[in-house]
Amino acid sequence: MPIDILMPALSPTMEEGKLAKWLKKEGDQVKAGDIIAEIETDKATMEVEAVDEGILAKILIPDGSENVAVNTKIGVIAAEGEDVGAAASGAASASAPEKPAEPKAEAPAATSEPAPAASKPEAVPAQAKSYDASSEFPAGAEIVSQTVREALRDAMAEEMRRDKDVFVMGEEVAEYQGAYKVTQGLLQEFGAKRVIDTPITEHGFAGIGVGAALSGLRPIVEFMTFNFAMQAIDQIINSAAKTLYMSGGQMGCPIVFRGPNGAAARVGAQHSHDYAAWYSNVPGLKVVMPYSASDAKGLLKSAIRDPNPVIFLENEIMYGKSFDVPKGDDFLIPIGKAKVVRPGTDVTIVSFGIGMTYALGAAEALAKEGIEAEVIDLRSIRPMDIETVVASVQKTNRCVAVEEGFPQSGVTAEIGMKIMEAAFDYLDAPVARVTGKDVPMPYAANLEKLALPNIGEVVAAAKAVCYR
Amino acid sequence: MAVAARKSKAPAPSKAAAKPAKARSAKEGAGQAAPAPSNVTPFSKDEDLHAYREMLLIRRFEEKAGQMYGMGLIGGFCHLYIGQEAVVIGMQMASKDGDQVITGYRDHGHMLACGMESRGVMAELTGRRGGYSRGKGGSMHMFSREKNFYGGHGIVGAQVSLGTGLAFADWYRGDGTVSMTYFGDGAANQGQVYESFNMAELWKLPVVFVIENNRYAMGTAVTRASAQTDFSRRGISFNIPGEQVDGMDVRAVREAGQRAIEHARSGKGPYILEMQTYRYRGHSMSDPAKYRSKDEVQRMREEHDPIEQVRARLIREFKVGEDELKAIDAKVREIVNDAAEFATHDPEPDPSELYTDILLEPAQG
Repeated sequence: MPIDILMPALSPTMEEGKLAKWLKKEGDQVKAGDIIAEIETDKATMEVEAVDEGILAKILIPDGSENVAVNTKIGVIAAEGEDVGAAASGAASASAPEKPAEPKAEAPAATSEPAPAASKPEAVPAQAKSYDASSEFPAGAEIVSQTVREALRDAMAEEMRRDKDVFVMGEEVAEYQGAYKVTQGLLQEFGAKRVIDTPITEHGFAGIGVGAALSGLRPIVEFMTFNFAMQAIDQIINSAAKTLYMSGGQMGCPIVFRGPNGAAARVGAQHSHDYAAWYSNVPGLKVVMPYSASDAKGLLKSAIRDPNPVIFLENEIMYGKSFDVPKGDDFLIPIGKAKVVRPGTDVTIVSFGIGMTYALGAAEALAKEGIEAEVIDLRSIRPMDIETVVASVQKTNRCVAVEEGFPQSGVTAEIGMKIMEAAFDYLDAPVARVTGKDVPMPYAANLEKLALPNIGEVVAAAKAVCYR
Repeated sequence: MAVAARKSKAPAPSKAAAKPAKARSAKEGAGQAAPAPSNVTPFSKDEDLHAYREMLLIRRFEEKAGQMYGMGLIGGFCHLYIGQEAVVIGMQMASKDGDQVITGYRDHGHMLACGMESRGVMAELTGRRGGYSRGKGGSMHMFSREKNFYGGHGIVGAQVSLGTGLAFADWYRGDGTVSMTYFGDGAANQGQVYESFNMAELWKLPVVFVIENNRYAMGTAVTRASAQTDFSRRGISFNIPGEQVDGMDVRAVREAGQRAIEHARSGKGPYILEMQTYRYRGHSMSDPAKYRSKDEVQRMREEHDPIEQVRARLIREFKVGEDELKAIDAKVREIVNDAAEFATHDPEPDPSELYTDILLEPAQG
């Protein structure tokens, strides 16, 4: 059968072009790869290569033709052994530019139908139900007082004992015992092959960690702080978060990126950034930001066992704080579930991570003034348990969201929007937020204090939404 | 018509005449010349036939992809491998089952060389459900865990750290496999390449860094972008040995590949191969290639074409007849046409696929 030569599209947006010049004439032998014509678009002159072999039997669109639509038949090649004359005459009758066959004709009627509800982003039922965290501590488990630091170390040690594919890598995690002593003792127990000191090279070791995870290992990559992860964020977003999707589900990436995040004390703008909102913007990641030691332990263990990339945001100031933690290797906190930390009836205060210190402090102060705040610790930023928040708002009809991060496009902005979408009719006042100020973190003690949220601001916001 | 699964591996090397390593130790400094062709271990007839068929498949596949792009069946970006075929085929002939391959966005040839099905690759190019990523990755993002092909990466240089991570996993498991990490002369200027070099040598990871120097990073000639244009020397400050290889001669590629892979597999750490090659087509489909002369391209095609070299040897030295070669050509064309046909008529992904493969379900317990 004669082979049609069609006017090619040479860029994602080209619809028509000028057939500037034929480089072969009728009767010429054509080999695959030969340049047969030149085409001009508004951007450039491009060459058309032959894909098929044979003899150029007929030129249908002559040199210099303008505005030739993509996929117009411009010539005909007679394959080897074919009658050139027949091919040419057969083509002549069809020489009018044809509408190209719709390439996607056999595809299912394109996508106007909505995707099945089950796979759509979360929908909150009309009467939201709060997640019940009361049975998270195993019955009868011995309770010990632990710092967040110790809880994180125990979580890693327990999971490394459980699964030999789990290892820790990062700067100063081994010999130095951790820049903030979170990995203390791990080198001694697990050896240098599983507790790996890296050079100062975040982009490189994040990529190596992701590569190892794609291969099936379960790396815990420690960043000395998440500020330094900015060097590595390409590997976190473009490689870790997207590869599962881009591989059609073949390439899971079971990796934990963890380390201190947000402001410590007096370390200036480059060491104080809270990245919760950044990572929470990215599909393909889970983002966790615990407040208490028990949540830190249970969530880190879940993160290590999770088959997806998990961003685990800690806080330097919280490392030394002590909380009750149940003993036992099987204590897990599910990712994506919030916790009602303090029940109340008058206003919902929702926060996460170190923001909880302001939320809880404010609730105490408010109680003295006769306002009972319900305090929710989000714990996971992505997926976000908005249902628990909405269930609370349906009861209190008022909400204040608190974070240390910046206001614009912040996590609290997202919380406010989600509440409006799911529970607008329940609100007696607009959702209020208390955030870090919209400035790079200053160094001076007084300015730093002003830049961070405080209990007074949360109290004031709660009173405002209660019209008190 | 079904396409039989293709064997990805070459016939067992006929001559194990391992030559003394020509690798320049990092301290020696460099000569500029690639090994002279006359020093290259010759291929057996079977090896040449294998190389011919495999390279031809890539060439014809890519020509067809270019044509289908022109017909609007393939969208977005499409980077063709035409001209560089000997690099990946020679390397695969030197590798073993279980070794991993990872590369950048010019990845169609690597996938075919790894034994991935033409149908699945082409259907991914057209964004159909039968594509390797079920239509969700496209030309630059395809994977096959089964064939140890780890992508297909769109961020220039990112695959170098990832490939080093694959080697880390090989080292961690001690399973004797090697990561073959491909990148171009353009990617070779990215910072994470050197971060990876450092750790790969520090920890003696089994990785072969294959730099495909096709002389142009998009439209920028090597000499306009690189202070050191001898890429085999790029590992010197990390003590990584390297060598320049005639990347248009599949025999030279295999021989250097064997040396490099043996070095990595035996626990001596990474190795750099600079493959001196050439891409005939533009950077992507919409590149008119004004940055180089037509004569330059024509000269490379006429004097150095990797497939023509093998074809000439088959005729001259192994007395293979035109008929036999034509039969190979026809077979290859049949596979490619079948792939194109499949990729044209396979349906697009179901709309529900929009929300799948974002996260995996955690195992219970």
